[in-house]
Amino acid sequence: MLDSGKKPLVSVKDLKMHFPIHAGLLRRRVGEVKAVDGVSFDVFDGETLGLVGESGCGKSTCGRAVLRLYDITSGSIEIDNREIGTTPQTDLREMRPTMQMVFQDPQASLNPRMTVEDIIKEPLDEHTTGTDAEKREKVGELMDAVGLNRKFAKRYPHAFSGGQRQRIGIARALALNPKFIVCDEPIAALDVSIQAQVVNLLEDLQEQFGLTYLFISHDLSMVRHIATRVAVMYLGKIVELAPREGLYAAPLHPYTKALLSAVPEPDPSLARTTERIILKGDVPSPSNPPEGCNFCTRCPAVMDICKRVEPEYREVQPGRFTACHLYNGTNDTAG
Amino acid sequence: MPDGALPVLDVRDLKTVFQTRGGEVHAVNDVSFSLKPGELLGVVGESGSGKSVTMMSLLGLLPSPPADIRSGTVQFDGKDLLNVTPEQLRSVRGGKIGFVFQDPMTSLNPVYQVGFQIMEPLRKHMGMNKRQAAARAQELLELVGIPDAKQRLDDYPHQFSGGMRQRVMIAIALACDPQVLIADEPTTALDVTIQAQILELMKDLRDKLGMAVIWITHDLGVIAGIADRVMVMYGGQVVEHAPVQALFGDPQHPYTRALLKTIPSIQGERAARLTIIEGQPPIMAGAPTSCPFRDRCDVAFDRCAVENPPRYDLGDGHDAACFYNARTGGPRDA
Repeated sequence: MLDSGKKPLVSVKDLKMHFPIHAGLLRRRVGEVKAVDGVSFDVFDGETLGLVGESGCGKSTCGRAVLRLYDITSGSIEIDNREIGTTPQTDLREMRPTMQMVFQDPQASLNPRMTVEDIIKEPLDEHTTGTDAEKREKVGELMDAVGLNRKFAKRYPHAFSGGQRQRIGIARALALNPKFIVCDEPIAALDVSIQAQVVNLLEDLQEQFGLTYLFISHDLSMVRHIATRVAVMYLGKIVELAPREGLYAAPLHPYTKALLSAVPEPDPSLARTTERIILKGDVPSPSNPPEGCNFCTRCPAVMDICKRVEPEYREVQPGRFTACHLYNGTNDTAG
Repeated sequence: MPDGALPVLDVRDLKTVFQTRGGEVHAVNDVSFSLKPGELLGVVGESGSGKSVTMMSLLGLLPSPPADIRSGTVQFDGKDLLNVTPEQLRSVRGGKIGFVFQDPMTSLNPVYQVGFQIMEPLRKHMGMNKRQAAARAQELLELVGIPDAKQRLDDYPHQFSGGMRQRVMIAIALACDPQVLIADEPTTALDVTIQAQILELMKDLRDKLGMAVIWITHDLGVIAGIADRVMVMYGGQVVEHAPVQALFGDPQHPYTRALLKTIPSIQGERAARLTIIEGQPPIMAGAPTSCPFRDRCDVAFDRCAVENPPRYDLGDGHDAACFYNARTGGPRDA
């Protein structure tokens, strides 16, 4: 790593998560959906790694797999110097306090029959010892931290708005003083004016508690705001990973270029002059990805080699990784 | 209209109220707007601002009860759509006014082939026979950029991807050469690269077919790229209405200004901290007696609490419903 001063808190190597497809009378295994297909990245202590991509690219699966909410197909995941890639689920339980998740849909991820206090207290009951009064005090502190009024502790989730519900989810994730939080589209279900409130809250909490985030989102402009480094996924693979400024100013991979140019610009004079790269067609099925580079069916800069050989994911500039033949030194057509 | 052309659609003082167990909800309050031929009007607002309910009210798509259209007129094609028989309204819907819904996954019938679904309005409204309708359906699918149109007519919705299904929806809406197309968040459920495809397609089609379009969205970025005029809604009311350049370049309502500041951009300076609009959107119980944005406004003063501001004309087709004059930095005259 270039940045030898910082140590990675999370280190993922060649992570694969394939889901089997069963079909026919005997439910035989006829294939697999390669939702995450060989992904490697590090998340440094205290940073926010943005993980972006379109729906179905595997970004959420990747986030869940990193926390071992799935039994992964292969690969290694090291969190806080402990390898958890193959740890059995029962042993993982003890490690859960260090790694938590904030889910996309604040409505679906909160139990409607539990009060807010019970929801936030549940991880404390599960993992800590202490009197009920101590736990209640902790719940109050957490509610303060996420900007919820303590008076509402006895209410049920339905009494809260979407933004407030997301705050409850964040308070629950913070309850056990985690180091690493996977935020899976935490703002996608919220209105624009509320999104900014939640993003600012996440940033404040990061500073206050020294948290490390993996921030999964399809909103490229919000990721530009919150992330330190950004990884772009396409069809189960990371196609580019770079520091924020570099990625947005000068994207390397043709897919990143197209993705950035497709983001609607909220300024009419800029919007009408910006040259858009309109990609043709749709994303291929992850159960039957194309040969060679996954992006070769839609790539505006496709070459012959792309349809035969899968490009290697490598560091092409200091700190910048991409998987594209255009940046392959050995390929003379890259000129 | 100062520009000469008569509006194709003219909505005045539309007021829609829902009767609920918890009392009345005033979802649309005195909304007025007009649409000229070939024009693309963007309607922006957060969820619950009344943008979809407005459009559904004027097409009679809301079940009554609970919905109750209290007042207003909708002039279209020489008729007041709020005052016609259900049969007449049915002939307008899907005929001269096309509608594209947000969710392409759920607005197509999964058990019918898409060809059948495109041909349905053609046979109902245009009186075509099966063969004519099939030929026209193929033309429509080609128009919206679906390859192998002829074969795909026999496919079922699940055989299409999200972006393709939205194209099918647009094809259905366009089937009877509508004068007005109402698109309710047509790209919200789609990915950005697919959204870009659909936006290009809409711009093309509008130029080609010359229809007027109402584009409802919560995404200001989409509006900036596509609309001619923009109407900003908040709390069931139109708070600002302006040509697109003026709205983004010279926003007059505090809500519009705040909204423009909260969205981060992928270009330009990156703000260290996002500007936020404090508080929550209003609960619209009872007829409004004050400005709905008052509690979240940074320039609110006494008058805003006792009176609901009317839409002040600011010239050049720009108006804003606010007692504060952003140009002079003081209150407006009574």
